[in-house]
Amino acid sequence: MATILPPVDAVLVGFGWTGAIMGQQLCDAGLTVMALERGIWHDTPTDFAPTFVQDELRYMWRHHLFQNVANDTLTIRNNIKQQALPMRRLGSFLLGTDVGGSGVHWNGQIWRFLKSDFKAYSHNLHRYGNAMVNAYDMTIQDYPIDWDEIEPYYDMFDKLCGTSGKAGNLRGQIQVGGNPFEGPRSDEFPTPPMKMPYGPTLFSKAARTMGYKPFPHPTGNLSQPYTNSLGVQLGQCTYCGFCEKFGCGNYSKATAQTTILPYLMTKPSFTLRTESEVLKVETTSDGKHATGVTFVNSAGEEFFQPADIVILSAYSLQNVRLMLLSKIGAPYDPVTGKGSVGKNYAYQTMGSVDVFFEDKIMNPFIGAGALATVIDEFNGDNFDHSGLGFIGGGYIAQMVTGGRPIEMIRTPEGTPDWGIEWKKAAAKNYLHSVNISCHGSVMAHRGNYLDLDPTYRDSFGRPMLRMTFDFTDNELKMSRYLVDKAADIGQAMEGVSSVKKNYRKGSWNVVPYQTTHNTGGTITGDNPGNSVLNKYLQSWDVPNLFVMGAGAFPQNAGYNPTGTLAALAYHSAAAIKNRYLKNPGPLVQT
Amino acid sequence: MDEHNVNRRRLLMGGVLIGTAGALGVLAQQGARSGVPSEIINGVMPWRDGAADVPTITGGTEYRYFTADEQAFIEPAIDRIIPIDPTGPSATEANVHIFLDRQMAGSYGRGDHFYLGGPWPKGTPEQGYQSRLTPAQLYRVTISAIEEYIKRNYDGKTFKQLSVTNQDTVLKGLQDGTIALDSTDGKTFFTMFLQNVLEGYFSDPIYGGNKDMAAWKMIGFPGTHYDYREWVERHGEQVPYATVGIKGRPGWSES
Repeated sequence: MATILPPVDAVLVGFGWTGAIMGQQLCDAGLTVMALERGIWHDTPTDFAPTFVQDELRYMWRHHLFQNVANDTLTIRNNIKQQALPMRRLGSFLLGTDVGGSGVHWNGQIWRFLKSDFKAYSHNLHRYGNAMVNAYDMTIQDYPIDWDEIEPYYDMFDKLCGTSGKAGNLRGQIQVGGNPFEGPRSDEFPTPPMKMPYGPTLFSKAARTMGYKPFPHPTGNLSQPYTNSLGVQLGQCTYCGFCEKFGCGNYSKATAQTTILPYLMTKPSFTLRTESEVLKVETTSDGKHATGVTFVNSAGEEFFQPADIVILSAYSLQNVRLMLLSKIGAPYDPVTGKGSVGKNYAYQTMGSVDVFFEDKIMNPFIGAGALATVIDEFNGDNFDHSGLGFIGGGYIAQMVTGGRPIEMIRTPEGTPDWGIEWKKAAAKNYLHSVNISCHGSVMAHRGNYLDLDPTYRDSFGRPMLRMTFDFTDNELKMSRYLVDKAADIGQAMEGVSSVKKNYRKGSWNVVPYQTTHNTGGTITGDNPGNSVLNKYLQSWDVPNLFVMGAGAFPQNAGYNPTGTLAALAYHSAAAIKNRYLKNPGPLVQT
Repeated sequence: MDEHNVNRRRLLMGGVLIGTAGALGVLAQQGARSGVPSEIINGVMPWRDGAADVPTITGGTEYRYFTADEQAFIEPAIDRIIPIDPTGPSATEANVHIFLDRQMAGSYGRGDHFYLGGPWPKGTPEQGYQSRLTPAQLYRVTISAIEEYIKRNYDGKTFKQLSVTNQDTVLKGLQDGTIALDSTDGKTFFTMFLQNVLEGYFSDPIYGGNKDMAAWKMIGFPGTHYDYREWVERHGEQVPYATVGIKGRPGWSES
C-alpha cells in the first residue's frame, strides 16, 4: 500500500536542532540523508521578520509557532491513580513543530551540566548515603559518559552557536568573572558576554556583597557578529525582548536556521520532506534491525523510506512515543519497575522572586532570551545538602527575557489579580520591578513516566502519549530552598522596596507556563537492563537506530537542556562516523 | 483580510521546490497542518519572494459575534476587571470588548488551537481546560447562564443593572467557583475571560484592543521597538522612544 521510496543511508525523523546537527554531520561524512519533518519550512526573512515578530498575542498566546494540540497532543495526569486527560491547550510547556523545531522559539540559554550531574547516583550516594538516593522513590542513575568525554562536544556546539559568555574554568584554571563551579572548558566562549541592563547589574552587586560569585548567563543571543564553524554568519542581538516563544528576526539567536541550514540545505546529498509525519519505525521480523520508516504526507499518502540508519530527532516526547508505537524496547512499568522505554520522565522545578523598587527605572522591555547574571552556588551538588532532605538544586538568575505586558506584569504581595487595585499596581510597578528565577532540577522518580494512553487517539488513530508526572517533596523542598536564597539576594538589591516569593507549591499543573524542558523516557545508561540507549544514543535493541534529544537524560539537572542534548548528538555523530560506519553494529558490547 | 492570509501565503510557496507530493484538492485533515502540500527540498536553500507570514489585522468597532444581551454583560464586566480611573484607560475605553468580539468571531473562538475530542471527564484542576466547548461556545453558554443566575438571585436583574459591588461579588463567585451555574462551569469561563481581557488590553492594537496603545503608555512599555542597544547600559534612564505598534512602524505596508 505504501509507496516505497529509493533507499538512503540515513533517515532523520524530525528536523529541529538535533536533526540539523545530525544531517550536517552525516552528510559531511559522505552519507545520503533524508529528513522527514511533519511541519512546514520556516526561515527568518519570511516567518520571523523583525517588522512583525514582536507580537506577544500571536506567538505566545495564540501559539503561532507551536505545535497545534488540535492535531496532536498528549494526555496528562499527576499519578497512576488518576485518569489521564488530554492536554487540550498548551500551557506548562510550549512544544515546537516545523523546521527548526522548538529551537526556533527557545531563549538561547546554553548551559553545560556539572561534572557531578553526570554521576547523579554515585556522587550523591557517596556524599549523602543510600537512604537519600532512594528517598521519595527516586530512580536516579549515572550517565554512562563523563565530563572529559562530553566536553569537546559542548565546545563544538558553542562554536556552532557563537555562544556569548565568560569562562569560569579554563582547562582547570578558575577565571574571575565566570562560573567557578563549571567543569573545565577546553576553550573560552566564542564571543564575550552581552551588555548588562540595570536589573542584572544590581543583582550581581548584591550577590557579590553576600559572598557569591555572579557571572553572565551563557547565551545564544549574540553579543557581537560571529561567523560560525560552518561559515554561517550571525548578527549582534538588539535586545528587543522577543526571544522565548518568538522567532528571531535579526539572525542573532542561534537556531538551526541561523547556524546550520544555510550550509546543509544546499548539499546535494541532503533532502528534506516537509509535511511528512512518521508513523512508525519499521523493523525486520526479529525486531533487531530497523529497515526504515513509514510516513504520511499532507495528502494522506503513505510512504516507506528505507534507510540503513534511522535517527529519531523529533522532540523528546515524540521520540518516546515513536519507540512505543514501533514496539522497540520494553515499555516501563511503574509498578514492577521493569522495562525502560518511558522511564524516568523528568522536568524542571521553577520558582521565582519578584523584586520591586520604589523609584528605580528597570526598563524590563530591554531584554533577550538569556540576558542575565547568575549565581550557581545552589545548583547540583555545589553546596552541602546534609540535613536538607533533598538532593539537586538550580541556578538563581536575574534574567530579563523581555517586558511583554500580557505575560510579565508583576504586582506586589497581596495585590488582587483584577480590579482597580490591580490596575494601579500594574501601572506603578511595570517599570520598577524585576524577577529572579530559580531554575531547579527534577530527579527521576518511580512514578514519573511516559507510556501510551489507553483511551485517547490522535488524528491518525494512534494512541496519544500519556504523561504521568508530579513534583515530589524532593523537588518542592529544593525549590523552596532556592526561592528563599533568591529572596535574600533580592532584599539586598539597591533600592528595593519589597520582594514577593513565588514558591512552587502542590502538584504539577499543566496550565501555567513553566518550561519546555521535558526529559527522559529514552534514557541512556551503561546496560540494557537500566536504559534504552547506550552512551552513543544507540538503541540497545536495534543497533541501527539512534535516538536524539533530552529523552536521553536519566534525570534532569538544574540547567536548560539544549547544550547537553546538542553535545550528546555530536558525541553520537562522532561515534557513527568514526566507528559505526566501518563496522555497523552495537557500539557498546553487552 | 481575515482568516485567509495564512493560506494565501502558503499558496505563494513552491517556486524553488522540485516537486510536491500531494495535490491541493485532496488534502487530508491530518498532518501537522492541513491544507499545504508536502514539499521535497533538495540542494537549495528555499526562498519565497513576497511570502511574509504577516499577521491578520482586524478593523472596525461594530460587533460581529456577541449578541446584544452578551454585549450588555461583556461591557460592564470587563470594566470591573479594568475599571475606569485616571491611571489609564478602562477595558472598554481600550476597546477590549471589540478585541474579545474579534477573537470569538475568529480562529481562536473556533478553538483552532484547542484539542476538543472526547471523552470529556471533568478532571482535576491540574489537568487544565477539559471542556468540549470552543471559546466562542463557552462564552455564549456561560454568559447566558450567568444572567440566569443573576435573574434568580438578584430580583430579576441583569448583570448590567447590578451595583458595581454586586457585579464584583458575582465575578468573584465565578472566579473562586462558589457560584454554581446551570450546565456550565463558571470558573472555567472566568479563567479564560480574565486572560482574554488582559490580552485585549495589552496586545498590539492590530487585534482591536489597546486603543491608541494607551494601556502600553499607562505602564511605560514603548511597544514593538526592535533595537535597544544604546539603552542597555544607560541604567535607570527613561527610554524616550515614542510608543509604537506593528502597524505604522517604518517598514510597515498594508499591501
